[in-house]
This record gives sequence, structure tokens and C-alpha cells, in this order.
Amino acid sequence: MIADSTTTVQQNALLAALIGLPALGAVANGALAVQTARTRTHAPDAPAPVGLASMLGVGSIAAAFIVAVLLFVQLTSGAGAVTAHFGDWLVFPTEAGRTPLIAWDFTFDRLSSVLALVITGVGTLIHVFSVGYMNDDPGFARYFAYLNLFVAFMLVLVLGASYPVLFIGWEGVGLCSYLLIGFWFGESANADAGRKAFVVNRIGDMGLIAAMCILFTQTGHLDFAGAHAGLSGMSTGLITAIGLALLLGCAGKSAQVPLYLWLPDAMAGPTPVSALIHAATMVTAGVYLVVRASPIFAASPTASLAVALIGAITALFAASIALRQWDIKKVLAYSTVSQLGYMFMGVGVGAYTAGVFHLVTHAFFKALLFLGAGAVIHAMHAAYHHAHEHGDAQDLRNMGGLRAAMPATGALMWIATLAIVGIPPLAGFFSKDEILVSVFARAMGSPLASASLMGLSGQVVLFVVLGFGTITALLTAIYMTRLALLAFEGPGRSSTSVQQGVHDAHGTLLWPLVALGILTVAGGWLNLPALIPIGPVGVLEHWLEPIVGETTRRLAPIAALPHEQELWITGGAVINAIFGIGIALWLWRRWAPVDAHHATPGTGFGGLLERAYDVDAAVQRGLVGPVLAFAKRVLWGTVDRGVDGALTGGGGGLARAAQWVSAQVQVGDASRYVWVVALGVLGTLAALAWRS
Amino acid sequence: MISEALVVSAVLFVIGTIGVLTRKNAIVLFMCVELMLNAVNLSFVALSKLHGNAGQVFVILVMTVAAAEAAIGLALVIAVFRHFGTVDLSSLRLLKG
Repeated sequence: MIADSTTTVQQNALLAALIGLPALGAVANGALAVQTARTRTHAPDAPAPVGLASMLGVGSIAAAFIVAVLLFVQLTSGAGAVTAHFGDWLVFPTEAGRTPLIAWDFTFDRLSSVLALVITGVGTLIHVFSVGYMNDDPGFARYFAYLNLFVAFMLVLVLGASYPVLFIGWEGVGLCSYLLIGFWFGESANADAGRKAFVVNRIGDMGLIAAMCILFTQTGHLDFAGAHAGLSGMSTGLITAIGLALLLGCAGKSAQVPLYLWLPDAMAGPTPVSALIHAATMVTAGVYLVVRASPIFAASPTASLAVALIGAITALFAASIALRQWDIKKVLAYSTVSQLGYMFMGVGVGAYTAGVFHLVTHAFFKALLFLGAGAVIHAMHAAYHHAHEHGDAQDLRNMGGLRAAMPATGALMWIATLAIVGIPPLAGFFSKDEILVSVFARAMGSPLASASLMGLSGQVVLFVVLGFGTITALLTAIYMTRLALLAFEGPGRSSTSVQQGVHDAHGTLLWPLVALGILTVAGGWLNLPALIPIGPVGVLEHWLEPIVGETTRRLAPIAALPHEQELWITGGAVINAIFGIGIALWLWRRWAPVDAHHATPGTGFGGLLERAYDVDAAVQRGLVGPVLAFAKRVLWGTVDRGVDGALTGGGGGLARAAQWVSAQVQVGDASRYVWVVALGVLGTLAALAWRS
Repeated sequence: MISEALVVSAVLFVIGTIGVLTRKNAIVLFMCVELMLNAVNLSFVALSKLHGNAGQVFVILVMTVAAAEAAIGLALVIAVFRHFGTVDLSSLRLLKG
């Protein structure tokens, strides 16, 4: 594993700075947070070091973004991928000497460059937003320490050149996610949500570890290049097993069915955290991993079909739940789960560029939606505080008519809504359309269509995926329009004094939204389809060609889709979206006639959707409850207390028994002793007599 | 002659032993122990007729030790009586485990 010969010292330093700057920011902010906590032991009301912490926090990420841009510019100017070697991790002696099995290798290639730019770029905007959003929070420095650490680990994840290094980032972002979900740990519900995210992710991580184990035993390599090169000699069954194990890992991190349960609860964290970690970056790590491991999935159509099917099921399932959620962040959370399902559909059918494209555009518009929701929550919260009233600042039923008070936020939220719904020419239209077209093209005839999954023919699976994707697009249009309508249009449903207290975002709460709004509008130009040549066509596709070109071709459709068919799909998708918006416009006034105080829980199927199909309750009853009962009754009650009793009580019992035996001898009666002596003598004499 | 002496000695020894085993009074116990010692003395004297005078020397030794023992033992019995008000062994069981 020698560093790429084209990599210069300067590039090495840049790569080190890219990961090192956010890490340094985390350390500095962590020191500040500790310092603040110390000061507070004797001055409990000491203010948080807002100025210094935000300078360090935002500055380190912004600097990392500039470094990423520098590296990216070098990459576009024709230089090869930058691979930096920062030492060896596991070194094994072999016949040829001591060879590193796993090295601290990081690579800035065409795929990781896209991800690194999104992470640092969107990350910077969200950090800036956080300065305004978390301004009054006593844990300001601690917040930025976690957020910087998250960015550092996320960069390790996408830049790592081997599965184990990726895994370190993978676990690191999981840790930061846990810390930030439970950021306000004073309320036990928040801490529980953090723990839930951590535990559910462990299930997925087992899959990733299993995949690494199989890869290592079969190929002897864990770096991407070596492991993927070793695939050629493996049986398809084994490759499928690796693919399915990877899928389990990705389903955990990217909140796919059945491991999606943690993401809606993760909304307990501060809203900018939801925007950065639980919408734009961390949860897309699963999509990234599928793309990075595309040689594995391309070699196993079955595993690819499984990815696509899981994605389709998740997309539809989560979208239906989003229809009846009242918490503005819960709607966006289920929407994120659903859109991640869309990305899985894309990468599952081998349209890796389409998946990455949707990942990027989704990062733009979903970050905008979350930050917009954050601005709304912030404003509602302040209004409630100002009016001395108590109410849920996140409940859509308490909103309504907010656009009058928050014109800028309202307009930006509408743009993001139309983008995710898929109205041209906004970013979401192009990326969703590309996924649907890719699925359709492969369903018409491709290696995937001729493969099978659990006895189902690939073609059937692909048409199911296409159908689910289309229905999901319709549902997405309905629930997103519903959200925007309920929040911003119509009459206000909260009290007049609260409505008058709502003010639009400004300063650091506003301009990150504007920047994301521009990206949301322009993001589609990253990868225009040949059908709509309103700019350079397929930029992202050409860019990623060296990474995923070969694997894409292995699962590609046999024949290119005829133009008129592609036009039908694209046109159909737009009509579908407009139809969904129409349904929402037609129905929305009936959905929330009163505020949250006076509302009654939904009944029938609507109520079931409101309670998210009762999955949480079922898991609690069917899985968590029995496990807890087993732990309490058997593991604690029997095993633990048994061992405990045997070790502590056992020693005591032994001593007690020995004491009892010796107590029987020590009667304290002299004549009894004499008897013993006499009988002893008699016995000895008898023995002597008998011997002779 | 020797055999009669040995029989008397054995009878005395057994009487002493039974006394030690069955009686509870410390003084009586003492007397029984003396009986056993003297039974042994008798057999020493009797057997010296066969094995030379060493047996008679042993008798002197035993009598000396018995005298010392009696002195200490009786002193102890008096001390015990002063302390507990009794010399009945069955009621002296402070060393019971």
C-alpha cells in the first residue's frame, strides 16, 4: 500500500488538513466546554463562550470546505486521485516480511470528493445556522464540539480507503449522532432516543462486520482495491452473502426497513443536527457504501435486487406514515426515510450515479427543509415565550398562516417542498426522475431483470419497485404540500398573541437558508438528462465514470430506453406530482381545523398512520419486552444471582459447615474427652493385637 | 506369684478407668487416676522380678510425678471450686465449641 506516485507532499498535507481541521475544532470546543463547566461549578449562571465557540466551530468547517475545494480543483485539472498513507494499523508478518494488513490510507477520489464537498459545504451552512439557533443554549460549546467531531468522522467515513477505516468513521458518526440526539439529556425521552439510535445501529453494524469478515477470509484484503480485486475468484453465493450483510449494515445507518425505527426518534436532537446528520450526511452513508462497494453488488444481481426492494418498501412505507404526522420534524423525518429508500432503489438497480445524484440534491433540499423547520420552531418558540403561553412549537396544528409573518422562510420552504415533490426544474425533479427512468429501463431487460430474488423473477421485482416508487412520489407530493400548507397558508390556529409574536428569521438563521435555496434550484444542473439538454448533460455521470462506470455497465439495460418512453415516464412523474399537490390542495383544510390542544387523536386507518402503524409498540411488546423480561428473570434472577450466591454465599456456607463439624467435636465436656481417649487407646491396642 | 500380681494390677486399672469414665466429681476422678497409676506401679514391681530392677526405679519416678500432679491438680480443683462453686465436671463446659 504505497501512496499513489502522483500524490505530492502538499496533497498529503491538504488531505490531513481536511480531516484534521474539524477534529481540531472538536478538541478546542471540547476544551472550551469543559472550561465552561468548571466555571459553572462556582458561578452557575456563567454564560457560554458563544463568540469563541462559534468562531472555532464554524471556522474549522469552513476551512475544511476550502481545503476540499482546493483538492477538488486539483482533481478536476486532471490529477489522479489523492491517496495519503498516514501509517500502518495492523501489521502482519508474512513470508515476504512484515506487510500492513490495514493501513491508515485515505483517498480523495472522484466519489469521495463529491461527498466531502457536500459534507463540508452543507456542513458549513448548518454550522452557521446553529450559531443563531443555539445562541441561548448553555451547552453551546459542547454542541459545537460534537458537531465538529461529527464532520471529522464523516470525512473519515467517506475518505477511508479500506473497509475498517470506513468503519471507524461509521462508528464515529454513530457516536456523534447518539451524543447529539441526546444533547438535551435532561429530559429522559431525549436520552432514550439517543440510546435507541445507538442500539438499533448495532444490529446493522453486525452486518457490516460480518461482510468484512467474509471479505477478509476470502480475499485476504480489506482495502477497497484489494478486496474488490479478490472478488473474481469467489462464488456468486458468497458474493451475495457479502452483499446482503452489507445491506444490513446500510439499512441500519440509512434507516431502511426494518431498522428505520431510530430515525423518527432521532428528531429529539436540536433541529440543525437533524438537518446535518439525520438528513443530509450521516444517514446517506449507507448509500455511499453501496456505491463504494458497487463491484460486490454488480457481481450479485440478487443482492442488488434486495437493495432495490428494501428501498422501495421503505420509501412507500415511510411516505404513508408521513401523511398523518403532526410534528413538523416527524414529517420531515419520515420523508427522509422515504427519500433514502429512493436512493436505495437507485443504487439497488445499479444506477449508482443516480443514487449519488439524489443523495446530493436531497442533501440540499432536505437540509433546507429542516433548517426552515428549525427557523419556524425557533420563531414559534419565541412567540409562545413572548405571549406567556404553553404550546407545542413543533406541532403543525398550532401553525398556519406563518408566511405572512415569515415571508422569506415561507418562500424558501415552498421552493424546497416543490423540489422534493419533483417539480421541474428544481433539483429533486431531475434526481428522482433519473432513478425512476433507471428502474424502468432495467425492468425492460437487463441482467437484473433476468436474475431472481427469493424465487421472484427480477423483472417482477423491478416493476414492483417502479410501482412503489411512483406511488411514493404521489404520497411525497401530498404530504409535503400538506406540511407547507398547514404551516404557512390559511388562517393561524394558535392564539392571536402568539401569532403576533412570530417574526421572520434573520442573520445567521436566514442566509444559510438562502444559500441552500440557490443550491436547491440549481442542483439539478449537476446531472441533466440527455432528454432535457438545458445545460451540460450528465456532468456527475462523467465525473463518476472512472469509479462506477464499469460496475454500472455490468447491470445496465440491454438496450437504451427509446426517447418517447423516457419522455412518458418523465412526463408521468411530473403529472403524478402535480396530481399529488392537487389532492393536498383539495383536502388540506379538513386536515387540521383546530389547534393541537383541541384536536382528537385520529381513528381508523388515519389513526394507524398517525401512530406509525404501531410498529414501535409492537417492537416494544414483541421484542424489547421479552428481552427485558428474559434479562430480568433468567439472566439476572437466575444466572447472575445464582453465580453471585454461589461465590459469596458458597464460601460462607462452606465455612459454616466446617464450623458445625468441629463444633460437634468441641463439646467442652471433660468426661466425653476421656471417653474418646479411652476408646482411642482401646482401638489402637486392638489394631496392634490384630496386626500381630 | 507374678500372674496374681498382674491380675490384681489389671483389675485395679480397669476399676480406675471405669471411674474416670463414669464419675463426674473432679476429686473422685483424681482418686481414680491415682488408682490407675498405682495399678501400673504394681505391674512394674511384679515384672521387675523377671526383667531386673529398672521397673522398681520407674515406680519411684511414677510416684514422684504422681505427687507433683496431685499437688497441682488439687490446687486447680480448689481454684475451680472457688470460681464456679462446684467441682462437678458436667457443669463445667465453658470450652464448648
